[in-house]
Amino acid sequence: MVVLKTEGLTKEYRTGFWRTRVRVLHDLNLAVHQGEVFGYLGPNGAGKTTTLKLLMGLIYPTAGRASILGRDVQDVAVKAQVGFLPENPYFYDYLTGREFLHFYGQLFGIPYRDRRQRIEELLQAVGLSKAAELQLRKYSKGMLQRIGLAQALINDPQVIVLDEPTSGLDPVGRKEVRDLILDLKRRGKSIFFSTHIVPDVEMICDRVGIIVAGRLVRVGTLEELLGSEVEGIEITASGFDEAVGSQIAQWSVRPPVQHGDTVFFAVRTEKEASQVMEFLLGRGASVHAVHPKRRTLEDLFLQEVAKT
Amino acid sequence: MVCYLMSKISAITLNTFKEAVRDRILYAILAFAIAMIGSTFILATIGVGSGPKIIRDIGLGFISIFGTLIAVFIGIGLVHKEIDRRTIYTIVSKPIHRFQFILGKYLGLILTLFVNVTIMTWALMGLIFIGEGFWDFRLLAASGMILLELMVVTGIAVLFSAFSTPALSAIFTLSFFAIGRLLDDLRLFGEHYAGPVGRAVIRTFYYLLPNLGRFNVSAEVVHGVPLGEVVSGMTILYGSLYVVALLALTSLIFQNRDFR
Ligand SMILES: Nc1ncnc2c1ncn2[C@@H]1O[C@H](COP(=O)(O)OP(=O)(O)O)[C@@H](O)[C@H]1O
Ligand SMILES: [Mg+2]
Repeated sequence: MVVLKTEGLTKEYRTGFWRTRVRVLHDLNLAVHQGEVFGYLGPNGAGKTTTLKLLMGLIYPTAGRASILGRDVQDVAVKAQVGFLPENPYFYDYLTGREFLHFYGQLFGIPYRDRRQRIEELLQAVGLSKAAELQLRKYSKGMLQRIGLAQALINDPQVIVLDEPTSGLDPVGRKEVRDLILDLKRRGKSIFFSTHIVPDVEMICDRVGIIVAGRLVRVGTLEELLGSEVEGIEITASGFDEAVGSQIAQWSVRPPVQHGDTVFFAVRTEKEASQVMEFLLGRGASVHAVHPKRRTLEDLFLQEVAKT
Repeated sequence: MVCYLMSKISAITLNTFKEAVRDRILYAILAFAIAMIGSTFILATIGVGSGPKIIRDIGLGFISIFGTLIAVFIGIGLVHKEIDRRTIYTIVSKPIHRFQFILGKYLGLILTLFVNVTIMTWALMGLIFIGEGFWDFRLLAASGMILLELMVVTGIAVLFSAFSTPALSAIFTLSFFAIGRLLDDLRLFGEHYAGPVGRAVIRTFYYLLPNLGRFNVSAEVVHGVPLGEVVSGMTILYGSLYVVALLALTSLIFQNRDFR
C-alpha cells in the first residue's frame, strides 16, 4: 500500500530584485510504501527540504500534487496521522522539555491523561526523562534533536517525515537516531527521511531515492540500484622494482596509488587478477591483499552528482 | 466541535502568554510604568501640578502609553518571530488551521496586555486609595476602554507581522496609531479647510482607518461624566468589528503564504 505519494510535484521560487522564477523541484513522482524506511538522498541544495515542506503543506506547489494516506496534503485532517521533524529545528526555548511536548500534544487535541502518559513514554524512549524539567535553552544540540523527534511522535503517527535527522550529530547520536527509526519500522510505521549522509541510507533504508539539482535521478532498493556484480579487483602489493611497477601501471584500470613501498591498484576481472599475482610472485614481490570491489551507494551518488 | 477548535487555539494562546511572561523585558516595562505612575503621584502630593484629577489623567495616560508599547513591541514580532525562527514549521505541520494559529497568537498577546493593564490600573487605584482614602472604581471603565484600543492596535501589529519585518511593522503600526488617534481632528480640519477632493479623501480615511480617539475616554471618566455615557455599546461594537476584520485579513494573507 502506498502511504505517501507525489505526482508531478514542482516548485518554483521567485528570488532577487526582479523576482525571477527559479525551479528548484522538477516534476517529482515518488511513492513510499506502508512499513518501509525510504531514504531521500541528495547533496546540499538538491531540493530535499523543499520537497518535505511541500509534503507538510508549509509551501504550496507550483504544479502537481502530494498526498499522504490517500488524502491531499492541503487537508488539515491528514496531519493527525503524520509526524514531522524539520531540518535544524529551533524550538520554544523558554519551555521545559515536558511543557514542550504537552504543547504539541494539545495541538493534536490529545486529552490530558493520555498526553501525560504518552509524554513519559516518549521522554523515556529518547532518553530525556531526567531533563524533562529543564528549559530547552539549556539543551545541547543532540538533546534538541531528540526532543524534536519526541515531538514528531507525540501523536503515534502512521507516517513519519524527518528532514536530515542525523546531520549535526556525533556518531553516537547518529546511531541512536538510526536505531529509533528502525524501532519505528518494527512497529509498522512508514518513514520518509532526507539526508546527505550515504552510510545512514545504506544502514537502515529499504528503498532510496537520489535527488540532484531538483530532479529525482534514481529510485529503488539498494540491490536494484547497485546490482551485485563485481566491478573490479583491488590488489595491494610491495617489494618490486621500477620495471615491474611500470608494468603494473599498464594493467591497472586506474592510476596506481603508492604509499611508501606499498602500491594499490585494480584490475577488471578475476582472471586478470590471478595472472597479475602469478607475475608478481614470480618476480619476488609480496602481495598483501586481493579483494573484489563492488559498486557502493557512495560511488553511485557521486557519479550522479558529477553528471550535473 | 467548537470545544475541539478552541482547545487548539488556547494551547497557542497560553504558549504565547508564557513566552511573554518568561521574558524579563516585560517586567522591566511594567516596573518602569508603575514607577512613573508613582512619581506622578508623589509630585502631585508635594504640590507640583494640582490635585486628584491630574493624577488620574496622567496615570491613565501612562497606562495607555505603556500598554501601547507592549502591544506594538510584542505584536510586531508575534508572527514574524515564529517564521524567522522556523518554529512555524512544527505548528503548520500539525492538524491545526492557519487561522487558528493567528487567533491563538493574537489572544495570547491580548491576555498578556489584559494582565499588565490590570496590574497598572490597580497600582494607580492603590496609590489613590493611599492618598484619598477610597477606591476609585471608575478608573476600571477607563482602563477597559484602553484595553479595547490596545486590542485594535495589536490587531494592526499582528497584521503587519504576518508579512513584514518587525522594523517595518513597527513603523506602520505606530503610524496607524498616530493617525488613528488624530482622526477626529483630521476630519474636522477636512470639513472646514479642505477642498472637495481633499474632503473626500479625508472622509475615506476616516471610515477606513481605526478611529482610536473613540476609545480615549480618560478625560470624561476623570471629570465625572456618568459611565453610561462614557462607555457606549456602539464603541465596543466598533472596536470588536474592527478587530474581527483585521484578524480575518491577517488570516487570509497568512493562509496563502509560503513558509520558506
Ligand atoms: N526560500 C527560498 N527562496 C529561493 N530559493 C530557495 C529557497 N529555499 C531554497 N531555495 C533553493 O532551492 C534549492 C533547494 O533547496 P533545499 O530544498 O533547501 O535543498 P536541500 O534541503 O536538499 O539542501 C536550493 O538551490 C536553494 O538555494
Ligand atoms: Mg535541506
